[in-house]
Amino acid sequence: MADWAGYLGLMLDGALVTAKLTVLGCALALPAAFLAGLGRLSRHATVRALSVAYIEFFRGTSIFVQLFWAYFVLPLIGVTLTPLQAGVLALGLNVGAYGAEVVRAAVQSIGREQHEACVALNLTRWQSLRHVLLPQAAVVMVPTFCNNAIELLKATSVVSLISLSDLTFQAQVVRSQTGSTALPFLTVLVIYFAYASLISFGMKALERRMTRGLDGLRT
Amino acid sequence: MTDAIIDIDRVTKRYGSHTVLQDLCFSVRPGEKLALIGPSGSGKTTILRTLMTLETIESGTIRIDGEPLFQMERNGSLVPADEAHLHRMRTRIGMVFQLFNLFPHKCVLDNVTLAPMLTKGVRKADAERRAMELLDLVGLADKAHAMPAQLSGGQKQRVAIARALALQPRIMLFDEVTSALDPELVEEVLNVMRMLGSTTDMTMLLVTHEMSFAHDFADRVLFFDRGRIVEEGPPDVLFTNPTHERTQAFLKKIIAAGQRI
Repeated sequence: MADWAGYLGLMLDGALVTAKLTVLGCALALPAAFLAGLGRLSRHATVRALSVAYIEFFRGTSIFVQLFWAYFVLPLIGVTLTPLQAGVLALGLNVGAYGAEVVRAAVQSIGREQHEACVALNLTRWQSLRHVLLPQAAVVMVPTFCNNAIELLKATSVVSLISLSDLTFQAQVVRSQTGSTALPFLTVLVIYFAYASLISFGMKALERRMTRGLDGLRT
Repeated sequence: MTDAIIDIDRVTKRYGSHTVLQDLCFSVRPGEKLALIGPSGSGKTTILRTLMTLETIESGTIRIDGEPLFQMERNGSLVPADEAHLHRMRTRIGMVFQLFNLFPHKCVLDNVTLAPMLTKGVRKADAERRAMELLDLVGLADKAHAMPAQLSGGQKQRVAIARALALQPRIMLFDEVTSALDPELVEEVLNVMRMLGSTTDMTMLLVTHEMSFAHDFADRVLFFDRGRIVEEGPPDVLFTNPTHERTQAFLKKIIAAGQRI
């Protein structure tokens, strides 16, 4: 029993790895989502085709397989990644593909009259996107991005397969060393839930901030 | 007419098999105030939208200041306009929409300053000073920091007018700007337009169902039906003594609906 503090420390180490994977994964997923989502709306057929290929590939294959490719296959063509890098790459690109569809749908949900106002004010396509369409679309994106971020958090557990000692991995270690099952898994449950709640809370605050003034009631 | 600011020559526009504008010809003198009236679906809004390059045309030529809107000269021949040409042509034209189309995520002041800063590189302080003058002109200086959702329809439309004016267009297009307003808010918008009409030398084209306003405001009225101009003339003639039976029938209906002309 005296070792409980040590075991808890092990779990917290795992929790830190999970947090790192989630934050870095989101940091990659977000630009990937915007690039591919806006790419799908491009006037250039090549850009559209590349975006669709990326989105369909990463949505259409399993995250396990993508992770194995990032860690085991890329070295064969000379790209060797650390487990953390491989994990972030697979998670970020996978969730980015889902996010791309969120970006595309949100931009398309902005009414035609906003586009027309931009033309009448002689803004370029990029200026319209940057100053008029994206700021309004971002409000629509936030709730779904919140889902995506939580999905990413939960998907981080797959990295234990490439020997990265994340939260789930450490729980298994503690379980095999102590023979106790309920306690480590309960701890894991609580930590994942706490992380998810944190994301949820942060996104809600962001959403509130972004919708301020839009309905004419809050200023 | 060589001194025309707008010259529309045999313009045809179709949506699929439906012809919206049929071999349309007319021109507008600089500074002229033109009212376009007619039943809905007669093509009058389409003309404004085409001038603003929101629509393309199937055939014919539109010239602004003698320069083709949808074509440009390259190596001595006319080719379809590229984005840069359209961008340059649009600097001469402003438009106010039926549903205001304000940017809901920006305050009134930012709605007005955005385009001058982005398209003309006007400095923020200068853009804001000019915007405040314009908001003052339309009677909304005290609303500069309000969000569009906090304004009434009439106030939104006056902001939209100020926003279009901020780019200093030589031609202003007003597309049924009072049609979406509650009746008691119509007058405040019309007052702003009257003031613009009497204090500026902008060329103004308005599509409207407000006949008495068109009568007082316009130098010339065009009556449209089924994509063609059926009749045109000074308001005193067209409204009081229309010669074409379709015009007479249209005006009769308007009067029957309770409007004063």
